[in-house]
Amino acid sequence: MDRRLDNGRLDGKVALVTGGTSGIGAGTVERLAAEGAKVIFTGSNAAAAEQLCAATGAQFRAHRVQDASAWPALMAAILAEHGRLDIAFANAGTEHGDASVEDIGIEGWDNVIAVNQTGVMLTVQHAIRAMKANPDGATGSIIINSSMNAHRAMGNFVAYSVSKAAVVALVKSAAVHCGNRGYKIRVNAVLPGVVETGIIRGQIENAPDPAAARAAYEGMSPLGRMGGVDEVAGLVAWLASDEARFVSGSEYVIDGATTAGMMGV
Amino acid sequence: MNDLGQDLGSRRLQGKVAFVSGGLRGIGLACVERFLAEGAEVVLSDLDAPDSALAGEVLGRLGQAASYVQANVTKEADWQRARDVVQSRHGKLHILVNNAGIDLTGPVEGLTMEGWRRIMDINVDGVFLGVKTFVPMLAEHGKEFRGGASIVNVSSIMGLVGYTDTSAYNASKGAVRLFTKSIAVEFAKKQMPIRANSLHPGFVVTPLLQEGFQRWVEKGAAAKAQDLVDAVAAQTPLGRLADPAELAAGVFFLASEDSAYMTGAELVMDGGWTAQ
Repeated sequence: MDRRLDNGRLDGKVALVTGGTSGIGAGTVERLAAEGAKVIFTGSNAAAAEQLCAATGAQFRAHRVQDASAWPALMAAILAEHGRLDIAFANAGTEHGDASVEDIGIEGWDNVIAVNQTGVMLTVQHAIRAMKANPDGATGSIIINSSMNAHRAMGNFVAYSVSKAAVVALVKSAAVHCGNRGYKIRVNAVLPGVVETGIIRGQIENAPDPAAARAAYEGMSPLGRMGGVDEVAGLVAWLASDEARFVSGSEYVIDGATTAGMMGV
Repeated sequence: MNDLGQDLGSRRLQGKVAFVSGGLRGIGLACVERFLAEGAEVVLSDLDAPDSALAGEVLGRLGQAASYVQANVTKEADWQRARDVVQSRHGKLHILVNNAGIDLTGPVEGLTMEGWRRIMDINVDGVFLGVKTFVPMLAEHGKEFRGGASIVNVSSIMGLVGYTDTSAYNASKGAVRLFTKSIAVEFAKKQMPIRANSLHPGFVVTPLLQEGFQRWVEKGAAAKAQDLVDAVAAQTPLGRLADPAELAAGVFFLASEDSAYMTGAELVMDGGWTAQ
């Protein structure tokens, strides 16, 4: 595929990607950098981060999104070096400790809600505070990585399903708030279906019957395939760009029609 | 404001052929201009005669990569004629934008059966006929690029939320929304290389909007149309109405390979209007 990324759509823009060391986050770091943005990404896997920095010229900062006290230092460092923030992709997420509503422990619940919900709120909060101080006025694009599970819940992942629905409401509240204050800061969500990330590939390989596991994932979409990391990154890059300058408060499903009908039916 | 395609000039639609209904005005015309800027060849339709002043002015400006067919979207014979023009001129089609539409306002008890039938005819039957007519050609040529051929049906934020005195328009645009999801699932299930998505514009400065606002003024809803524009801008989180080129940027995204995994989705472009 010829993506013609040399059009410089994001030239001069500064972007923050949380959870950028793998999966959709890493794919988005690559895509935003390829379109001309200066990218700072966060996470905890320093070895993976080093490779991504070498490949893209992006910068890595070890940071946990749910750690409220660590946010001011992260943002101060970005603003000190780059002087502005134009794009924030609140991507960091987890399923660790999740289970059904009947079985989940409070630690698992607290962990998923802390990362997927509180972490996203903190990302949006600090992004708005930085963007409103941009030299050319309060401008920017914030994108949240929700999930198609915001619209169709999973019985065995209650905290994930709840948190992904919650951040869609967060997007709308933040978009309306920016409007109330007169900021030209746009806030939107992407809702991916099953995307073939390293984590999903690992789950397939470690399943008792990998072929059956792959078929089950691929069969969720009527297209008969999973989404690619680069496909989600393409949507995020579009929302980040001035092409989407009239888009705010929106939730864009990217799931190969999985939720246009009923999943697997 | 018409700088979006020109600035980028990425020519990501080189070698592709697009059809746009209602292409002489508003969002349709902006889509035609954007597709041309991205390197596509375009056939556009509208109700105006080919020798009308408007068609002559627009087509003269667009150049050789664009061609025009006079067609009424409610008439199947006109769609078949449009398909013959696409077939003879290009032999293929990759992008279909069902954009032609009208509005109708008034209290539900005051709507006439004739008015109701007319808006359903244009806004719903017109979209169905466009899809029905061009699906074989799109299926044949969709495998030529990633994600397949792309259908974009222009619905509205009025296909998502109800609004006073807008019941017929709401119903027609709601039908477009779900018709689009249905064909998206149908094509995907059958492994036909066609994606289908709906576009949901908010308030856009188009002839349709300006004429509609003028009718509200005549009904006493405001002293002048600009008051209505100002009121809508104030109700919109981004604080303004959209330019058609901004909507065309969304249609271009849905037509491009960058949206290869998007089908059955809704592209809401409303400045935050329906988020509140």
